[in-house]
Amino acid sequence: MAELVYDKTGRLLFTKEMAKEYTILAPEILPVTANMLIKLMMFEGGYHSIELLTNQDRKVVETGLKYVHNDMCYPAILSIGQLVEAVESGRYDRHKVALMITQSGGGCRASNYLYLLRKALKRAGLEYVPVISLNLSSLDRQPGFKVTPKLAIKAVFAMMYGDLLVNIGNQCRPYEVHKGDTDAMINRWTDKIIDLFSKGKAVWFKPMRKLMEEIVEDFKTIECNRSVEKPKVGVVGEIYVKYSPFGNNNLEAFLSKEGAEVVVPGVTDFLLFKGNNRYVDVDLYGGSRIKKAAMWCYQWFICKCQDIMIEVLESDGTFRAPCHFADLQEVVKGYLGCGNKMGEGWLLTAEMLELIHSGTNNIVCTQPFGCLPNHVAGKGMMRKIKDDYPNSNIVAIDYDPGATKINQENRIKLMLANAARMKKEA
Amino acid sequence: MADSADYRIGIDIGSTTVKVIVLPADNDTILYRSYGRHFSKVREKTVEALGDAAAALPLAGKKIQLLITGSAGLGVAKSANLPFIQEVFATAKAVETYIPETDSVIELGGEDAKIIFFKGSLEERMNGSCAGGTGAFIDQMATLLNVPVEELDRLSLGYEKIYPIASRCGVFAKTDIQPILNQGGRKEDVAASIYQAVVDQTIAGLTQGRALGKTIVFLGGPLHYYQGLRKRFAETLNLDENHAIFPENADCFAALGAALSTEGYAPFIFEDICTGIRNSVSDAVTTDTMQPLFADKAEYEAFCARHNANAPPSSDISVYEGDAWLGIDAGSTTTKLVLIDENDGILYTYYGSNRGNPVQIVLEELKKIYEAGEGRVRIKGAAVTGYGENLIKNAFNLDAGLVETVAHLKAAQHFNPDVDFIIDIGGQDMKCFKIRNGAVDSIFLNEACSSGCGSFIETFARALGYEIEEFSKLGLFVKHPVNLGSRCTVFMNSSVKQAQRDGASVADISAGLSISIVKNAVYKVIRAASADDLGKHIVVQGGTFKNDAVLRAFEQELKRDVTRPVIAGISGAYGAALYVKSLNLPASSILTKEGLSAFFHKAKPITCKLCTNHCSLTVNTFDGGRRFVSGNRCSRPLGKEKSQLPNLARWKYEKLLSYKPLENAPRGKIGIPFGLNTYENLPFWHALFTTLGFEVVLSPESSRATYRLGQHTIPSDTVCYPAKLIHGHIISLIQAGVSEIFYPCMPYNFDEHLGDKNFNCPVVAYYPELIAANVRELSKVHFRYPYFGLHRPKDFAKRAAKYFGETYGIPAKEVRSAVTAAYEAYEAYKAELRAKGEEYIRYAREHGCKILIMAGRPYHIDPEIGHGIDELAVSYGFVLITEDAISPNMTKGKRTILNQWTYHSRLYAAAEYVCTQPDMQLMQLVSFGCGTDAVTTDEVREILESGGKIYTQIKIDEISNLGAITIRLRSLMAAVEARETGGF
Repeated sequence: MAELVYDKTGRLLFTKEMAKEYTILAPEILPVTANMLIKLMMFEGGYHSIELLTNQDRKVVETGLKYVHNDMCYPAILSIGQLVEAVESGRYDRHKVALMITQSGGGCRASNYLYLLRKALKRAGLEYVPVISLNLSSLDRQPGFKVTPKLAIKAVFAMMYGDLLVNIGNQCRPYEVHKGDTDAMINRWTDKIIDLFSKGKAVWFKPMRKLMEEIVEDFKTIECNRSVEKPKVGVVGEIYVKYSPFGNNNLEAFLSKEGAEVVVPGVTDFLLFKGNNRYVDVDLYGGSRIKKAAMWCYQWFICKCQDIMIEVLESDGTFRAPCHFADLQEVVKGYLGCGNKMGEGWLLTAEMLELIHSGTNNIVCTQPFGCLPNHVAGKGMMRKIKDDYPNSNIVAIDYDPGATKINQENRIKLMLANAARMKKEA
Repeated sequence: MADSADYRIGIDIGSTTVKVIVLPADNDTILYRSYGRHFSKVREKTVEALGDAAAALPLAGKKIQLLITGSAGLGVAKSANLPFIQEVFATAKAVETYIPETDSVIELGGEDAKIIFFKGSLEERMNGSCAGGTGAFIDQMATLLNVPVEELDRLSLGYEKIYPIASRCGVFAKTDIQPILNQGGRKEDVAASIYQAVVDQTIAGLTQGRALGKTIVFLGGPLHYYQGLRKRFAETLNLDENHAIFPENADCFAALGAALSTEGYAPFIFEDICTGIRNSVSDAVTTDTMQPLFADKAEYEAFCARHNANAPPSSDISVYEGDAWLGIDAGSTTTKLVLIDENDGILYTYYGSNRGNPVQIVLEELKKIYEAGEGRVRIKGAAVTGYGENLIKNAFNLDAGLVETVAHLKAAQHFNPDVDFIIDIGGQDMKCFKIRNGAVDSIFLNEACSSGCGSFIETFARALGYEIEEFSKLGLFVKHPVNLGSRCTVFMNSSVKQAQRDGASVADISAGLSISIVKNAVYKVIRAASADDLGKHIVVQGGTFKNDAVLRAFEQELKRDVTRPVIAGISGAYGAALYVKSLNLPASSILTKEGLSAFFHKAKPITCKLCTNHCSLTVNTFDGGRRFVSGNRCSRPLGKEKSQLPNLARWKYEKLLSYKPLENAPRGKIGIPFGLNTYENLPFWHALFTTLGFEVVLSPESSRATYRLGQHTIPSDTVCYPAKLIHGHIISLIQAGVSEIFYPCMPYNFDEHLGDKNFNCPVVAYYPELIAANVRELSKVHFRYPYFGLHRPKDFAKRAAKYFGETYGIPAKEVRSAVTAAYEAYEAYKAELRAKGEEYIRYAREHGCKILIMAGRPYHIDPEIGHGIDELAVSYGFVLITEDAISPNMTKGKRTILNQWTYHSRLYAAAEYVCTQPDMQLMQLVSFGCGTDAVTTDEVREILESGGKIYTQIKIDEISNLGAITIRLRSLMAAVEARETGGF
């Protein structure tokens, strides 16, 4: 059995031995893409096991509230609650689990999740459970966990496939004739992509283009009835509540049930945004040119992938393609500066604007209650957007352990009723 | 389709009421209307209301077009499979039909507040999840004042002055009102102030910069029934009779609109509608439930027997002859009296609501005591504790006053000498403290936000039509208490609404509420992870623990038995009596029986004009010329000068104001808002612009007026108060005629090498962008909000040269030398600050004063934000130092959190430094809504406690609760004294 090893500062390490025998648990977010990434990490890194948690009951929230400061943002309470509850539940051998959490590394509170998780474990008497930080900034490195360049590159491709599947899946699901066809298709393709990855395929530009073309063709076979156009509703916001069904009280399912077609911007832009921030920092405040060049390469590479996905969708023409990152940068001018980088920063505003430009005027802007960056980038920009685009129909929804679904749904219903009215008037 | 129906019906099921409107099929004349409270029995009352309609009209067997609306209507419609219309849309329909000239509608309901804008693009705004209810809020306030709502309305018409009451959320308002009442403020003024708070809340919270227009229609129950509220709205919005429209049926407009919107909906047979709604009652319970409080009666009886064993000796005032000691606990909602004998036995007790006037209650009870004692009982000492301490002490000439925490400790030690943790949940506040070596150690008080403790359950019980005792007993044996979460009362209201929708019974809710209160206490206030975090010998006190359901929930949550003395509700008073007994006074100075007969009390509200704080004072005058002024932060209105002890916060503030603008500036004026990080960077920007030849115009000092000036442009009502103030600062600069305003975006702060990174918080960093997008008035001026980082001086010089060259055509060389001057000025300011701090610390040590570090953000020294807490501390004999004067004494330490914000790094460094200095204490100021402080507070607490210091936190918002601040400061002092006399 792996020994507990600590570094000079007293931090518990995740050792190479642990990697071979421990189960790594991760909180749930963005299920389609995350499941692919996890499997990818497992066979690339040779880890014993990585699991995306799906425990979602009230107990998770209670556990979060118990161990995390209650004024902390909702994503911290939920994801730390999910991790600690899983360890406490007895479903895993407590001495053979490690916890993984993302760390954004910016000026937002979210950079503290890792530390708050360690604090929570200590309070729960579980300080022997090692914690792994998943981040883009080489923060908190662990000997037993490495994101190798090879893994990072494959992860980018996995993310591209994930974004594609989610995007076209959302365009089929509301119209599918046989309920469940779309989700079955998504599952089939995620399995297939993972299988290809394990054989070293589906990576790099050309194979990706080819595979994406196949995917699009396959999705076109889903029998759909598009005779009645459903109102499109965009979902933007803080990354966790935007992408986690647990965090947003199954917002997408609710919107679908209310007869809407859900449009969720992909996660690729968020990654580009995070890279772009560092690039911009050098321009705004000075800094290493080498860092800037490295970031330029990073951005070039992901943009190239994104371009391919867009080309595939546009040349086929069946499905709406997402916009280019450069379009987002352009559209937000006059609203926020490119230096607004904490949390979702300018990207959040850009996504709302892009949705409006591409014909999705109805938007749910999700955020944890009291989310600091969203005071500015979310609620702070809505009035100006409304002034500039009188037809926009945006509702801000706060998520919180105490916020009730009924109030959230009532507000969303108001937005939907408004959408129906505007459609009738137009 | 419409011609096939006989009637059109609209049903509006809101959070507290059911409204029914019946229209004929062919025209819009109202045939029937009803409005009634549903007391949470949503389905039953709706069916009942329909039955009443059928009694008045021949609806039986008729074809009905129906729409249901309202916040509770959504669930009913869903489960009964009936059509639903969102209430804002229903309302809009009715308004367009009857009052087409409307510009906007303001509608207040039980818990919702809405504004609908009609002109231009139709737009609706509803209150956010943070904003408290309005009708329900007024009900709660009426309960607080102990008057029927009609009386509250009548009272409000006779007001003389309006007190500022926090308008954001009901709980805050309550915290503001309580001290006014306790200090003898007039009920008429309080009533009008409550209405004004509702008006401000609605206008500020919902308009968010959009103009309301000329003709405004007011709807909803509260605006329909309360004349005083109407008056406050009309006056605040400057509307005459023709433009403030209060239509007939304003209480039923949503139901009316629903009935009007039924066109095109397939009709139902009337009976099917009733059956559908009735049958939907049996829906499966979907709300989260928890384990029952008691399995059976036997378990409950054992529980009662265990707790009833903790009682003081009994005594009888009708036969007792000898000395006695009186303790009074003038709490926020209740007044408690205890008279004890030589054996600490209880001769007389009183526990009751203070009905908004504690003086009157104490007067009556004292008379009764004198009566019953018949001269046999001699009062040898009398002490008072609680919010009303000073008022009661002055009114009746009592011998002593003591802080609540000490009073409770005295009582708890009487029953359990080993006590190591005391938790007291009263009507409004929750106090918990650890006991170490027989003295109060760390104190936890509930923040303004979660204060819905005892009085919340009580108001809730009344709203549901129960008395509190009956209500709490309902929950004892239910099998499935509902899980209502652990948040502030506003959220709980919504949770209850949802539980009701899901079919939970009143008993389930009762048990759920008791459990929620406990969870709030344990996880929100104490922040405990386990029972061992609290202690081994826990004593519970306060009125709320008289409630067996709450006590049981507490024991279940902690998984251990606790001690509840039989007198839990009056233990503060009991402790005060024990305390004054221990003083061994030869005689009490309390008013005699004769003295009471001449007793006279008058309270007059005034506004103190001696400084910019503009405290709302209440001048109480008593017979014989005794006088007591309350509400003051310093001693000046009492005729004394401000304390002259050194106060570094005051020095900093005056220093910042001393930066004078350049006269005859060649480059004209440049305005800088005096808020947020300007408090840190003013010396820098002032030097930069002055060197460049600008006249730097600083916006005026903050005040409530500054806040109101910009209130209509605030887009997010949950942002911190310091950020909200910026809006007013910007507008005042524009009003002052400044055409250039400079307010840069600064994600990075100076790097003081105390942390891993040097960020500002996201609000400080990007607020200028929010200002640019929301303050319309800026279109008249040049608003400059570039991104700048001062942490890399050389890069900044380049950036600045480029920026000021492009913007004002200033030569690069000039800019570079101005930048150098700016860095020098900033360094000089910091050096002077540190020197001043050292000087003040020396002063304290030479004069034997204790030193208090006020640790927060630079902008907390703004008197409008800090509410003069520094002055209050100084008046208690502390020398006050700010955290930035001592943080440079330390180097970066090891933290258990990510130490990445410059201002916060100072907090940690200051806390570490305080641990090395025996004569220093630290008080952390936290702005309400400051998310980053969810990270810092636990860390600062850990640093201090591991260094053997006491952690004191004060939460501040637009209104401060001086009572709570006083408790903390005095408890801190008492604890420090106890430690010193205890010899460690």
